[in-house]
Amino acid sequence: MRNPLSKTIQDIKPSGIRKFFDIVSEMPEAISLGVGEPDFDTPWHIREEGIYSLEKGRTFYTSNSGLLELREEICKWYKRKYGVDYDYRHEALLTVGGSEGIDVALRAMLDPGDEVIIPEPCYVSYVPCVELAGGVPVTIELKNENEFRLTPEELLAAITDKTKILILAYPSNPTGAIMTKEDLAPIADICKEKDIFVISDEIYSELTYGGYTHCTIGSFPGMKERTIIINGFSKAYAMTGWRLGYALAPQVIAEQMTKVHQFAIMCAPTTSQYAAISAIKEGDKDIEKMRESYDKRRHFLLKAFEEMGLPCFEPKGAFYMFPCIKEFGITSDEFATRLLQEEKLAVVPGTAFGDCGEGFLRISYAYSIDELREAMGRIERFITRLREKNA
Amino acid sequence: MNTEILKLLETDSKLSVKDIADMLGLDEEKVAADIKAMEDKKVICGYHTMIDWDKVAEEKVTALIEIKVTPQRGQGFDKIAERIYNFEEVSAVYLMAGAFDFTVILQGKTLKEVSMFVSNKLAVMETVVSTSTNFVLKKYKDHGIIFDVEKKDERLAIIP
Repeated sequence: MRNPLSKTIQDIKPSGIRKFFDIVSEMPEAISLGVGEPDFDTPWHIREEGIYSLEKGRTFYTSNSGLLELREEICKWYKRKYGVDYDYRHEALLTVGGSEGIDVALRAMLDPGDEVIIPEPCYVSYVPCVELAGGVPVTIELKNENEFRLTPEELLAAITDKTKILILAYPSNPTGAIMTKEDLAPIADICKEKDIFVISDEIYSELTYGGYTHCTIGSFPGMKERTIIINGFSKAYAMTGWRLGYALAPQVIAEQMTKVHQFAIMCAPTTSQYAAISAIKEGDKDIEKMRESYDKRRHFLLKAFEEMGLPCFEPKGAFYMFPCIKEFGITSDEFATRLLQEEKLAVVPGTAFGDCGEGFLRISYAYSIDELREAMGRIERFITRLREKNA
Repeated sequence: MNTEILKLLETDSKLSVKDIADMLGLDEEKVAADIKAMEDKKVICGYHTMIDWDKVAEEKVTALIEIKVTPQRGQGFDKIAERIYNFEEVSAVYLMAGAFDFTVILQGKTLKEVSMFVSNKLAVMETVVSTSTNFVLKKYKDHGIIFDVEKKDERLAIIP
């Protein structure tokens, strides 16, 4: 029999966290700080709206782009929050989570050989999605000393005449970094000058702390035309399982993204779309409640790391900490494996998010204070032993 | 006054001063002083424990008693309320707008204790026109806490 598989898919590395997932699953007493989703239930008014839509028998396809009312509300919301105006009839598309939005944007925009700049550490899907779309990923190694923000120098050094797209994902999973308006301004200038498009993955846009609010690169003059906004309901409204995201893009791109989406997916889940109307119209207070709660846990972990002397820059977004473990002289993978075996605490090694994540861990704080307190006790015991041995 | 501290204590009064300080990014001394000041001012009126008495298996009930009264000249409702809330078996008294004047709540009493209290103490007060006693059959949620629902973390252990 001939090889049933494509070269492309065989060349794509499996996700680095699979191994940990398998070990943790066999360990019922383990605590995990490895989860990349909120610990809140979807607010009841949103769930209730979903239930109601099922009771009313709204169980059919929607239009390919999604419910008109939802698109209209999303565009109103986005304008109100981030000051960029999108035409809900032609520039908005409901997708199956933010993930699908990234995939369809890349497939709508890339020709074979086009280069896509991906600052790492980053979410696990960007590189494989670029490869599946026939593009060439060009990664940039973000630096701890820059608090994992992309600098203009780093961007310029990565640009070639084949560069077509920059994927910008702030607030960041896995680092928790954000980029302010001042940080973004020179990046926007370069993109305009070098004629580069930006896929701006803003799925964590609502989760920023310490007085910072999210700024989109699409809000700079001349940038809306070359920016594809990816966002969704998963993180802001604790709706991960509903699988609902959206893309906002100039009509010429949005139309072709809709084409890919139409043939691959047809439309985003109808129940989720009805529920999301309630989220986007009445969900501001829910976001604020959850955001305040994450912020308390963020403070709690920052203090715990400070007390145990584990260096970590102060993350201003998402719900992750990205502490540095280089002092222990072992790899992230070994650190995480031993932490799991010896203290039954699961975290994700930084290398799961790119090679330059070596020497770091991703620690999620989407957990209760009680769980975090217990977990910090375990990690402190573990690093105390490591330090004693190294001394 | 620090409402952030209050919000934390309202959901978990067992949080330590250190926990609160860490969660809010404040000094422990500052948090301890704020709490003390709010206790002194009676902003914080006590630290209670949410108990599901149904699980304690004794024949205890919660009764909501609606009371209609005739307010006395020069004394109004407050004086009548005082005569009611000073009974130690009363756990809450509210002045109401609507078809009756006071709601009186008795908690953790037996049926007999409730009926004795209503007939011997409340109904005989001269200002009381009528009483209507209601019993709680089952508590689903109290003080924002949903009873009897065990919450398990159903998320996958590791998610990118």
